[in-house]
Amino acid sequence: MTTVQTIWVACRALLRNKMRSFLTTLGIVIGVAAVISMSAIGAGARARVSSMFESMGANILIVFSGSSRQGGMRGGQGSQPTLTWADLDRIREDIPDVRYAAPMMGIGAQVMAEGQNWQTQVRGTTADYFGIRNWPAASGEIFGDVDEDAGAKVAVVGQTVVNNLFGEDYNPVGQLIRINNIPFSIIGVAAKKGNNAWGSDEDDVVFVPSSTFRAKLQGGLQQFIPGTIMVGAVSQEATGSAKTAIEKLLRERHRIRPGNEDDFTVRNMSEMASAQQEGARTMTSLLAGIALVSLIVGGIGIMNIMLVSVTERTREIGLRMALGAKPAAILIQFVTEAVVLSVIGGLLGVAAGIGAARYLVTTFDWPLLIEPMFSVIAVGFSGIVGVVFGLYPAWKASRLDPIQALRFE
Amino acid sequence: MDPVIRLEEITRVFDTGDVQVHALRGVSLQVSPGDCLAIMGASGSGKSTLMNILGCLDRPSSGSYHLVGEDVARLSRNQLAQIRNRTIGFVFQNFNLLARTSALENVELPLLYRGVSARDRRRLAASALERVGLADRMHHGPSQLSGGQQQRVAIARALVGSPSVILADEPTGNLDSKTSVEIMQFFRGLVDDTGVTLVLVTHEPDIAAWADRMVEMKDGLIVRDRLRDQGTSPSEVTA
Repeated sequence: MTTVQTIWVACRALLRNKMRSFLTTLGIVIGVAAVISMSAIGAGARARVSSMFESMGANILIVFSGSSRQGGMRGGQGSQPTLTWADLDRIREDIPDVRYAAPMMGIGAQVMAEGQNWQTQVRGTTADYFGIRNWPAASGEIFGDVDEDAGAKVAVVGQTVVNNLFGEDYNPVGQLIRINNIPFSIIGVAAKKGNNAWGSDEDDVVFVPSSTFRAKLQGGLQQFIPGTIMVGAVSQEATGSAKTAIEKLLRERHRIRPGNEDDFTVRNMSEMASAQQEGARTMTSLLAGIALVSLIVGGIGIMNIMLVSVTERTREIGLRMALGAKPAAILIQFVTEAVVLSVIGGLLGVAAGIGAARYLVTTFDWPLLIEPMFSVIAVGFSGIVGVVFGLYPAWKASRLDPIQALRFE
Repeated sequence: MDPVIRLEEITRVFDTGDVQVHALRGVSLQVSPGDCLAIMGASGSGKSTLMNILGCLDRPSSGSYHLVGEDVARLSRNQLAQIRNRTIGFVFQNFNLLARTSALENVELPLLYRGVSARDRRRLAASALERVGLADRMHHGPSQLSGGQQQRVAIARALVGSPSVILADEPTGNLDSKTSVEIMQFFRGLVDDTGVTLVLVTHEPDIAAWADRMVEMKDGLIVRDRLRDQGTSPSEVTA
């Protein structure tokens, strides 16, 4: 018998029992659908995480000041200002791996314009910050050194603030904005960023020069930075060496003896990004592993039904043998039935998996990433499941004695 | 003419553990081409065992069996399958048609295991069905056919591969007497027209009366082998 004939005979046999064939293959359908949708969702989640970190800036280090200690009670990270403006200058000037360094100070403030008001974050920083974040102005411009030196009352506003104070599609450059009742003139609108990796709105912010921030919005000690230092390394690879260099520099400048604890913390954001990525990858393999198990369970379902089918069709097998089917032909027929079942299940599963992934992805607002290779592998694997779990029932069928089989009731 | 079937001292012993059952104790038989032979006997006489050996479904414990000149007593399972496919046509008491499968596809079945192309299968099966008078029922399933029609489909299936021997095991056992006569008339015509060899197993004398030669078995031995009395015609026996 040719291959085509064999497959045809198998299909005919399966079609004689449509409902059972469908239910048998359902296990494989669900298994493959689970593999496909889980891997697609996993890939989507990973891409989402990495794009979020990319939008944040891939080369970022954040330097936090130390913790305060009052009696036995210790404050949290950054509660004791230890970073000085001179530290910032030295990090910026002296470390070759550092391209940008900017102070980052923030307060919550009520802002007003055109009779509207809005509670938002006001941040004091320098032009370097926009370099680190790779964050251009959508309209107008970013403040520069001149504004910093002069303590100019200028502001760059985020899109969310514009929407809430002026309305969408309004260009507020040149308008006044009152921050805690102090008038600033808007010189730029920051490009829209969307939500960051932690889900908060990056565009709900007003930036002012750090000198102005200290003079008008939040005083604090003269030499210390009441916030953090954000550092941009020259490349993602350089973040590690930049971190080491900053730690060495700050320990020297703060005169910390060997063995004593640092009074600052340097956090490498690209490490966090890769840790997040790693987490997403682990999750994906875990889900794919569970999905694979369900595929094997589907295979056992096929074996189960094939065994029932062999018993039920004992007379048919006896007849086929009497009419001249060799044991190998019977074996091949039943294996083929199992493979046809599982491959059809695999194909349906790929379709169902892509459908499910599409639905979930739109719900979560993730990118849809389906590797065509994965679908091919899933269908191939379900075919292998069919062979493996179809072999035993088929072997049993081929070993039947035609005389006994023909008499079987 | 060389005999189409030649059995010499065939024995078949079933080993059931404690007891050895001697189903056949030395059967010798020759059947010439175009013979119409009925094997008769009570249950337990060994006629089913003989039938299985004749049909190459079973192998004898000892003795030799030549089918169309070939010694088949010692062939392997695969070789026996091939002999069954090419040389023998089976007709069973309970028809043994595949359920939910058209008459045409049922008749095609033996050709499938011979590697005949789909088109030739269809053509040969259709002409076999025509021959048994079921040209208009080709696409009916067994459940849509009467008992007599089902047996005729089974006969078409036995004929389709142009075998040398047709083995019919109680072919009328599940049919009413009127239909039985129709089927036997058809078999009779087939033997007379085509010269195929027919071996009929039955326990009903009026069915055996359609054959030219009657072989009676008892306790694993042939006890009587006689030609039909020329004076009695089958129609008189059934009447």
